[in-house]
Amino acid sequence: MKNSLRTFSRGTGLSAAVLGVSALVLSGCGAPPAEDAPAAGGSSAAAGTDYLGCIVSDSGGFDDRSFNQSSYEGLKKAETDLGIQTNQAESQAETDFGPNVDQMVQGGCNLIVTVGFLLADTTKEAAEANTETNFAIVDDNSIDLPNVKPIIYDTAQAAFLAGYAAAATSETGKVATYGGINIPTVTIFMDGFAEGVNYFNEETGGEVELLGWDKESQNGTFVGNFEDQAAGKTNTQNFINEGADIIMPVAGPVGSGTLDAVIEANAGGKDVKAIWVDSDGYETAGKGEEFILTSVMKLMGDAVEDVISTDVDGEFDNTPYVGTLENGGVALAPFHDQEANVPDDLQATLDGLTEQIVAGEIAVDSAASPQ
Amino acid sequence: MNRQDDRPVDPATGGGAHPTRRDAKDAARQDEIRLETAAETAGGEVPPPAVPATTAGLGVGPGAEAPLMQRIMTGNALVAFLSVVLSLILGGLLIAVTDQEVASASSYFFSRPQDTIAAAWTAASSAYIALFQGSVFNFEGDTFTRMIYPLTQTLTVATPLICAGLGVALAFRAGLFNIGAQGQILIGATFAGWVGFTLHLPVGIHLLLVILAGMVGGALWGGLVGLLKARTGAHEVILTIMFNYIATNLVLYFLSTPAFQRPGSTNPISPQLDATAVYPPLLGASFRLHWGFVVAVLATVFVWWLLNRSTVGFELRAVGANPSAARTAGVNVSKGYILAMAIAGALAGLAGVAQVSGTEKVLTSGVAASFGFDAITVALLGRSSPWGTFAAGILFGAFRAGGVAMQASTGTSIDIVLVVQSLIVLFIAAPPLVRALFRLPAPGATRAGKGGSSTSTTPTPASTGAAA
Repeated sequence: MKNSLRTFSRGTGLSAAVLGVSALVLSGCGAPPAEDAPAAGGSSAAAGTDYLGCIVSDSGGFDDRSFNQSSYEGLKKAETDLGIQTNQAESQAETDFGPNVDQMVQGGCNLIVTVGFLLADTTKEAAEANTETNFAIVDDNSIDLPNVKPIIYDTAQAAFLAGYAAAATSETGKVATYGGINIPTVTIFMDGFAEGVNYFNEETGGEVELLGWDKESQNGTFVGNFEDQAAGKTNTQNFINEGADIIMPVAGPVGSGTLDAVIEANAGGKDVKAIWVDSDGYETAGKGEEFILTSVMKLMGDAVEDVISTDVDGEFDNTPYVGTLENGGVALAPFHDQEANVPDDLQATLDGLTEQIVAGEIAVDSAASPQ
Repeated sequence: MNRQDDRPVDPATGGGAHPTRRDAKDAARQDEIRLETAAETAGGEVPPPAVPATTAGLGVGPGAEAPLMQRIMTGNALVAFLSVVLSLILGGLLIAVTDQEVASASSYFFSRPQDTIAAAWTAASSAYIALFQGSVFNFEGDTFTRMIYPLTQTLTVATPLICAGLGVALAFRAGLFNIGAQGQILIGATFAGWVGFTLHLPVGIHLLLVILAGMVGGALWGGLVGLLKARTGAHEVILTIMFNYIATNLVLYFLSTPAFQRPGSTNPISPQLDATAVYPPLLGASFRLHWGFVVAVLATVFVWWLLNRSTVGFELRAVGANPSAARTAGVNVSKGYILAMAIAGALAGLAGVAQVSGTEKVLTSGVAASFGFDAITVALLGRSSPWGTFAAGILFGAFRAGGVAMQASTGTSIDIVLVVQSLIVLFIAAPPLVRALFRLPAPGATRAGKGGSSTSTTPTPASTGAAA
């Protein structure tokens, strides 16, 4: 056995070498750059200024297709547009928050964007200890310090439009939503959605029913995490079986499971649609885009870039940035492929509703709305 | 992979009688591993393989034939060390392969191969230098505080790993594969946290009560598993995994109730613990290192004493080595299971206290990070001995602390640390692979070198002391 293992390791070594060499033969024939060519890539390529903008994710990581990712993209956009330097630290767990923020402070960052309310304590502590460094925290409004700018969103406004659009488009008279975890940043979507459905019923005398969320009791269907796509699929299938034909998952990557269920249902002859959240799912979801009715967008990237650019200009202030329909921080995505399936006058109605919300004629209230 | 094939015939016992016995053993092993070893031990020929880490470590005769699980748990120290080295090398290769500079240089490998090699070397070495700087000593620091800060950071992260690792190791030694450290940490942290932010008590008493509550919480969660196993015979692996789920969702539920939320907020995050309820900093306010580390050291001493110097520990090891033989010898096996799991849970609860009252100072659903699962690796790498676990905990603490710095200064993904950790376990689980790669002699040959000491050893504190 020992000998055979040795032979095995030699054999594997040999075949690995052959594989490696052939891979090189196939890929390594390009021409080298000139000796004095500048180094390609790297975050310091755009050296327009020595301003350093940094970001610390929460445990979702920068590839969460949700607020970490959008905020990170905002920082990257600032890198290209403003020529600043950037650095980032991804947290694997909540225990990484402190060390990561500390690393960024030590790394000489001018502004540190921290993503998520879970980082609030860490951000507050670091901001108090390092008054020279500016901070911006996404989705939290609990810190009141001169060098911390909260970035929050009145997502209910855009979700209201989505609720109205869903109610107006539904053929079965039933629409559904479910969340990842019962936390304010999730339920604000569901509250707004519920309000939108209610408003449709009041205005048109319709009787569209909402499954999965009861605004009064603040209770509904939740997966319990932001990872379990299979549970998202099961939830969606249950809703479809109960007769819902438009489903809005508010659960980050779990929404992918909803798309799977919707694709299957459509393949089985049913006419079912999904509403995406956070970003325009038609562009980001990666599958089933033809079944995405619309998306409730939280344009975090723009806000992050905006905060950085004011800080670069030396005009940082600590007034909370509240994303609304008015300032374009939240918005409803276009219908894309679903254009033909929605009522003709829907877009016009939605535009009207948007104006009324901006003017304050319609108040979309949620327990989770920014105060 | 059955190792008996590569083992030369044992000169002490002679080969003649063995083949048939071994065949029978192979069959028996399928069904009842421990009963089989019981028969062997009862024969008085050899020490039971599972008991002390050293029996396998010294390559004791048929001890080396121990079932896979036990071999994994009580691997050779040299193999453990080489596993770490090997994993670091492979991790370095992975860093180099995924590096952008390397990728762009390799596109013209044949025109200028030295570019690729240089880029690969730079990528891997700068990542590991950053890892070292972030975990041991930062020679670029401008003050002494910043220079030694990484080391204190390593010890801080190691604290919960050591506590939870000790819990897992203790259960291993009692023959229980405790996957439940994660749940035990969470429940311990919940108990400790609640006492910390709800009760307002004087300095000293408060912290003491927080620590006690954490240990009670963990002990309840672990002891319940022991009770179910002892009473119903349910397997502890399944029980602990399920208890992890229950704990996670229980904490989520608690955090959705006003009693665990901050006034005026519905976010699932508890109020901060009172200043009287947190571990004071060990080296002053500029470091995160807290007195929880001292508690972890004391816990290590306690577990060493318990396992090697106390009657209870002897009974636990006897149960772990061979429940049937232990029962015959008059040891209460049920009590052993419950006690082992309760103590293991209490130790994991200490890890929860280290989190909630040491570093995080609030209770959230993610307060346990992945320490409960890392603790299994730590206990494996530490060969289930208290001081081995302590050392492995510090090593993993260094990985985690250094990973943060590595990511920030070189852009290498922190996931590489996870890969290195996983590779270590993989190699520890496959000692023949490591031996083959490093051309190490098989355990049989080692035994010949060690002479009679191995065949005559009994699994008593003396040999385990060496392991510790």
